[in-house]
Amino acid sequence: MDLMVSRLIVAAAFVVLLGSAAFWFLTIPETVPASALGPHAPNLTNGKEMFYAGGCASCHAVPKQEDKTRLGGGLALGSPFGTFYVPNISSDPKDGIGDWSEAQFVTAMVKGTSPTGEHLFPAFPYTSYQRMSLDDLRDLFAYLKTLPPIMGKIRDHDVPFPFNIRRTLGIWKLLFLDGKPFKPDTTQSAQWNRGAYLVNGPGHCVECHSPRNVLGAIKSGKRFAGGPSPDGQGGTPNITQQKLKDWSVKDIADTLTTGMTPDADFVGGAMVEVVRNTSQLTPADREAMATYIKTLPAVEGSASKK
Amino acid sequence: MKSASAIAAVAVFALGAAAVLAQEDPIAARKALMKSNGQAAGAIAKMVKGEAPFDPAVTKKAFATFEDAAAKMPALFPDNSKVGGETTAAPKIWEDMADFKARFVKLGTDAKAADTRVKDLDSLKAVFPDFAKNCGGCHELYRIKKS
Repeated sequence: MDLMVSRLIVAAAFVVLLGSAAFWFLTIPETVPASALGPHAPNLTNGKEMFYAGGCASCHAVPKQEDKTRLGGGLALGSPFGTFYVPNISSDPKDGIGDWSEAQFVTAMVKGTSPTGEHLFPAFPYTSYQRMSLDDLRDLFAYLKTLPPIMGKIRDHDVPFPFNIRRTLGIWKLLFLDGKPFKPDTTQSAQWNRGAYLVNGPGHCVECHSPRNVLGAIKSGKRFAGGPSPDGQGGTPNITQQKLKDWSVKDIADTLTTGMTPDADFVGGAMVEVVRNTSQLTPADREAMATYIKTLPAVEGSASKK
Repeated sequence: MKSASAIAAVAVFALGAAAVLAQEDPIAARKALMKSNGQAAGAIAKMVKGEAPFDPAVTKKAFATFEDAAAKMPALFPDNSKVGGETTAAPKIWEDMADFKARFVKLGTDAKAADTRVKDLDSLKAVFPDFAKNCGGCHELYRIKKS
């Protein structure tokens, strides 16, 4: 009998060990090595376009000030998992990303891994940014470096157990981060593909315009169908053809330019900040985004509220 | 004379009814004002976009609508009107009432200034985008859309 018990204990220990090893192995934060990046001459004009397409300033600009190029962070982002405090991504070498290498920046954007090898929380939308091209990412990094350094480290996130165990995000990533770059649809026009890239990659529209599951990931099949706001105040509208069927491509592009919808309402909430960014894009890029959005198949929103 | 006083009586009654409505149902009253703001903005937008010819009578009326709404809105947010009637008013309004009211003062001033500055389509195109920032700026902070 004693032998039986000790055998069971050994077996259990073995299973736990194996499980831990598997967990450890599966949750290793991935990185992009510097060797994966070939020679590149940064294009700052394109970097700026990516900055506005990506809406970096919406979260990272110091709150309550007009200058949106001061990326000192500090905004509190509420969520069902706790409060995230947006980090400083200014060019300051100590408190910002001034001393990051290009590979470290690319790693954060497409793998969601910090330079110290920690998983970043997906409140930072690398699920979308992973679709961006390496050239665009490197141009964006070059542009960010031209923006003013802001001193001051931002406090840690206020995320309670168990979500504060970053290693578990490795499992989240296995489930929800597919690691695929944007793949053009050859049956569609170049303009449509440009729009699809901007909307799904840097623009990360889907991150707010979709409902999320209990793990905080977007409900597949409900992409772009709108959803409750993560901070619990209000929500975002459905931007599939379910809701926008009466909008023309021009209506969508105009809304991204002026903030005024075709029924002469003005967008509110966080969308005001989005329009502040999209209004800085080239008209061609806005039209491309509108062209793509106009083709999003109608999906019933999960929120039944009108 | 008789008909004039009858009209006056009706007008007074209508005004009184509007005031009573505002008092009884501030949510409905402010929604109605915002709806007329939307219609006014829509009429201007059509001209700016080139979908309708420039019409000074329409722009004048539109800016008068904004000015009127700016004057009436601040009184329509009593403490008992935070919820109900499918309101999209954000709780932040009552946390920051001074700023909220100041924005309507600015809206009124800007509407008046825009009215005197707009002479033709070019001046409307020059004035309207800046004027419209009043709309978006306030919606950003003080309106919550449900979906």
